[in-house]
Amino acid sequence: MEGIDSGTSPTDLELLRSARQGRWDAFEALVERFEPRVFRLARRILQHREDAEDATQQTFINVMEHLDQFREEAAVATWILRIATNQALATLRKRRGRGTVPLETHSTPGDDETPMPHPEFIAQWRDDPADLAERSEVKELLGQALSELDEKHRVVFVLRDVEAFSTRETADLLGISESNVKVRLLRARLRLRERLTRTLGDESTRLAPDHDHGTGNRVT
Amino acid sequence: MKCDELLQALSDYVDGDVDPAVCDEFEAHLAGCNPCQIVVDNVRKTIALFKAGEPYPLPEEFQRRLHASLRARWQRRFGT
Repeated sequence: MEGIDSGTSPTDLELLRSARQGRWDAFEALVERFEPRVFRLARRILQHREDAEDATQQTFINVMEHLDQFREEAAVATWILRIATNQALATLRKRRGRGTVPLETHSTPGDDETPMPHPEFIAQWRDDPADLAERSEVKELLGQALSELDEKHRVVFVLRDVEAFSTRETADLLGISESNVKVRLLRARLRLRERLTRTLGDESTRLAPDHDHGTGNRVT
Repeated sequence: MKCDELLQALSDYVDGDVDPAVCDEFEAHLAGCNPCQIVVDNVRKTIALFKAGEPYPLPEEFQRRLHASLRARWQRRFGT
């Protein structure tokens, strides 16, 4: 059990190398390490529990079948999450019944040039994110807010802000330009901000939006 | 810089990926604009909350099925 039973926790790479040598226990340990994150990513992108379960299972089947193809140039985590993302995107396409049509094709033409959503409900939040994250009604709100986003905005937000892929990596995964990633991310963030602030904002601190405000016109 | 321009640059600012000259203008505007201060703070908190929030724990029953199915596949593939 070299590299696995040595007392300290083996690295992802050590587990992967052992799995390559046919060690089921190493592969299973790798699955245990990543399954919550893979499921969460798929669940967030797909907004459907059974589809997320299927995508998670298919992700680890792909990992198993491509163990020898991992080049060790990227982190194991990035490699697995990339497979998971591609699997979730494939499920989205399958759901549409359009086989190999890329995600981008489903964008509304010119959508990314539509006016920026303006903040309307502007107020300080009543609590800190760390405290809010523990509350069950807030967890429900997060799921609800994500599900209300357009698919293309949701996918970019999940990859960039939740899974911390870079703009370049996100662009590569989705087959879109980096500037499209940025535009979609901004829209996603503004829409989510609006949605969450309507529930989590402190009404007593609410300010009127002033869309035409320029430098020097203090609004208090 | 106006509020609208700040909005356009908001993501890059929050990501720390903004040109220093734009950053100075951004911060000069923020210093005099309460609504924009709050919006920037809200956006940071929105991102932090989604990062911290765990709305989708792995279902236990699915986890059992997943491991059983992967193990069966592993045995067929590697015979161990």
